[in-house]
Amino acid sequence: MSEITSQYLIDHFNFWVAVVLMMIGLYAMITKNNLIKKLIGMSIFQTAIILFYVSAGVKEGATIPILEHHVAETEQVEAGEHAEGHSTTKASSSHEVHAINPDDYSNPLPHVLMLTAIVVGVATLGVALAVSQVIYKNYGTLEEDEILAKIKAAENDG
Amino acid sequence: MIWQFDIIILIFLVITAVISLRVKDLLAASMVFGTYSFLICLLWAGMGAVDVAFTEATVGAGISAVILIATVYNTRRDSSD
Repeated sequence: MSEITSQYLIDHFNFWVAVVLMMIGLYAMITKNNLIKKLIGMSIFQTAIILFYVSAGVKEGATIPILEHHVAETEQVEAGEHAEGHSTTKASSSHEVHAINPDDYSNPLPHVLMLTAIVVGVATLGVALAVSQVIYKNYGTLEEDEILAKIKAAENDG
Repeated sequence: MIWQFDIIILIFLVITAVISLRVKDLLAASMVFGTYSFLICLLWAGMGAVDVAFTEATVGAGISAVILIATVYNTRRDSSD
């Protein structure tokens, strides 16, 4: 009973933390004044979404999605049971060892989708940081309110 | 995955996210963000997403931290918030 309760909490703890991280990132993107801080918030928001998807692909008692064929193990089982003389159990157990059970492997589809999202996120961050450097070169600051004040002053002069 | 490990890493994730957004020094914020990326890489390795984990280790904790530090080097280190 206690194991079931704690397991329920643990399964949902990942999603809770994903929501908390997403809100931290959204808060930073909206309220931070510095452009670099905004970009760090954007990266945290993106990681939270990836955490949500990868957590959805986790299975209970499953391992990494790489197939293993256990050929050597099957031969050992057959050899051992020949020596003991149980020929009927030998056939069924060797078939079970060879079968690929999808429940033994976690779902690789969310992993592959999120791999693309990570690469796209880093490309976005790189372009955004390059644009921030150009903004710093033109305006001499990275603070949003100072940049807006300078743009407004330039408009009034022109 | 081992649930104690999972919970400890998730708590540290929230702590590092808050620290990287609250420090006023942008170089320190970049380094703490690198720590955040490494922690989430450990979390994915534990959840069985090994391909996502090593992409995050190279691209998130490596390239992201380096380009953030390069930007801080080319601009200013202090921040108003």
